[in-house]
Amino acid sequence: MKAFTVLDGLVAPLDRANVDTDMIIPKQFLKSIKRSGFGPNLFDELRYLDEGYPGQDTDSRPVNPEFVLNNPRYKGASVLLARENFGCGSSREHAPWALEDFGFRCIIAPSFADIFFNNCFKNGVLPIVLDQALVQELFDQVEREQGFRLTIDLNTQTIKRARGAAIEFEVEGFRKHCLLHGLDDIGQTLQDADAIREYEAACRMRSPWLFDSIAGVQQ
Amino acid sequence: MTAETLYDKLWREHLVTQREDGTALIYVDRHLIHEVTSPQAFEGLRMAGRLPWRLDANLATPDHNVPTTSAERATGVEGILDPVSKLQVATLDDNCRDFDIVEFEINDARQGIVHVIGPELGATLPGMTVVCGDSHTSTHGALGALAHGIGTSEVEHVLATQCLVQKKMKNMLVKVNGRLGEGVTAKDVVLAIIGNIGTAGGTGYAIEFAGSVIAELSMEGRMTVCNMAIEAGARAGMVGVDEKTIDYVRGRPYAPTGEMWETAVQAWSHLHTDAGARFDRVVELEGGEIKPQVTWGTSPEMVLPIDACLPDPRDVEDDAQREGIERALSYMGLKAGQRLTEIQLDRVFIGSCTNSRIEDMRAAAAVVKGRRVSATVKQALVVPGSQAVKRQAEEEGLDKIFVEAGMEWREPGCSMCLAMNADKLGRGEHCASTSNRNFEGRQGIGGRTHLVSPAMAAAAAVAGHFVDVRELKTQGAQI
Ligand code: SF4
Repeated sequence: MKAFTVLDGLVAPLDRANVDTDMIIPKQFLKSIKRSGFGPNLFDELRYLDEGYPGQDTDSRPVNPEFVLNNPRYKGASVLLARENFGCGSSREHAPWALEDFGFRCIIAPSFADIFFNNCFKNGVLPIVLDQALVQELFDQVEREQGFRLTIDLNTQTIKRARGAAIEFEVEGFRKHCLLHGLDDIGQTLQDADAIREYEAACRMRSPWLFDSIAGVQQ
Repeated sequence: MTAETLYDKLWREHLVTQREDGTALIYVDRHLIHEVTSPQAFEGLRMAGRLPWRLDANLATPDHNVPTTSAERATGVEGILDPVSKLQVATLDDNCRDFDIVEFEINDARQGIVHVIGPELGATLPGMTVVCGDSHTSTHGALGALAHGIGTSEVEHVLATQCLVQKKMKNMLVKVNGRLGEGVTAKDVVLAIIGNIGTAGGTGYAIEFAGSVIAELSMEGRMTVCNMAIEAGARAGMVGVDEKTIDYVRGRPYAPTGEMWETAVQAWSHLHTDAGARFDRVVELEGGEIKPQVTWGTSPEMVLPIDACLPDPRDVEDDAQREGIERALSYMGLKAGQRLTEIQLDRVFIGSCTNSRIEDMRAAAAVVKGRRVSATVKQALVVPGSQAVKRQAEEEGLDKIFVEAGMEWREPGCSMCLAMNADKLGRGEHCASTSNRNFEGRQGIGGRTHLVSPAMAAAAAVAGHFVDVRELKTQGAQI
């Protein structure tokens, strides 16, 4: 996983509540058995005018000029400004994969769906929850100021902007630690392998049926 | 000891270590695996040179991508026409073989949608923690289990460590009091709940469903309710264990037997919320007031009782809400103030992990029996949730009732719930669907989904538009 320390990035606004994971990455692209390459199909149905399918050459497709990410003004954006309940719907991790692959490393919204929020951290993407009013202020600012950028410092948990006060944000300690150092969760958890074994042994005594093998049983 | 909620108990019993920052390691008893969210996890294990921590906790089956026509299914994986789907299903087979994980392959007698086969086989049991790379894992909570969806990185994490890094959620109680009227089902109950609390109402909570209506529901009905907890924003939904739960589990292929069964039943008897336990939020609904529900928009919270008219955005003050309604009406090709019963249907889909169990098949068959699907409906698909449901339905002759009514009886899988296989809506088509999501494009690009119960979907198939299934009944049908 890529570490996240300080991000200085152009901001793109997606002014729409309840953006669901089907919208972020439509299901036909979930057929891939890879983890990368989803960027060109991020928001596929909103971004292009034709129907997308896996393995297509996206460069030659007709784009929807109305869609915000097609506006040259936001080209190269790495911060996505969004509305309530961003990432609702399925558990597909393809959603943060697509956002990351496209170039977004940070998403700011008043609220996120739980599973999506969680998935972001595992993929080097920082989701930040800010007050509704602050999010609105940022939306206004993006619209007013061409080339509006934010500098997001995970270590100090602050967002800085050229005009306007610095903004503080919350992030859980463990998640911050992993993101700052690009640490893989599994390695961390395996440091507790003894505790897991102990738990397992006690559980096997208490609830042996949980350890019945499915393999041997035939219907 | 302090009074605990069911969720508190399940959490405590699976706690391996509590970390200082509020996160914890939670032990996972059952991990269900399917072809869409697992390939990258297995790849991750390979790249890191890791092996699964505990093989017998895992169970895999392909469901999302599998074709549902018998012709395409006849030759197994080889017969899948879409090369990308085929590769994904074959990759699951290869991964399970390589890592020695039990898999019910595409035409195995135990194959089906993960959330249907888990409870049906007794592979998911009361008191378990159940996870799967699929948000509708909340279904298994109906058994008194802590069950929720996870992402692919977590699939890899569970495979490698048998644990998940979690933060404890808040407790929410949704109590449905009184009794349901005739023709009103579990699906209507959960849609009414979502209409009430909204799609983000349960975010950050584990929801326990209780009250006399939930107690009266069959286990299948409780699964339908828990299945859609995620549509209310809650990762986990659950129902306390009672006699019905035990009766349901008894004798299932992987349920404990003999003395072990007695011990297990004993252990499960405390799986309910203690009197006086504290919930962070309580929502109460009156069961008698719930009517058959139909979603009209592009979010499950955009739902109304069948006798209602569509909202008029001009009546809404909040800007964001008004825009949401306008956008949904335009996507759905509907007019403000229009009656739900005026919506003409192009297709009907009865299936998905929400409503593809035997009880759902029976409910739909009871409505269409002796009737014909309207000539204006292009296709009415009935897709059982598992091979076992299919066999049972055929034994009861339900397949014949569907076929005689002009419906298509298919092989088990997710099918048109998310349209990853060939079953999908065309642009602009309206579908009465028993699935769980009506997002834009969910059932096919430009497709328009209306979520309903199996009985309501069947009634709509016959009428060609939405009707109140309770009225059909008064015209002489057996529901
Ligand atoms: S039936 Fe639909 S919701 Fe259920 S697991 Fe399959 S795709 Fe997901």
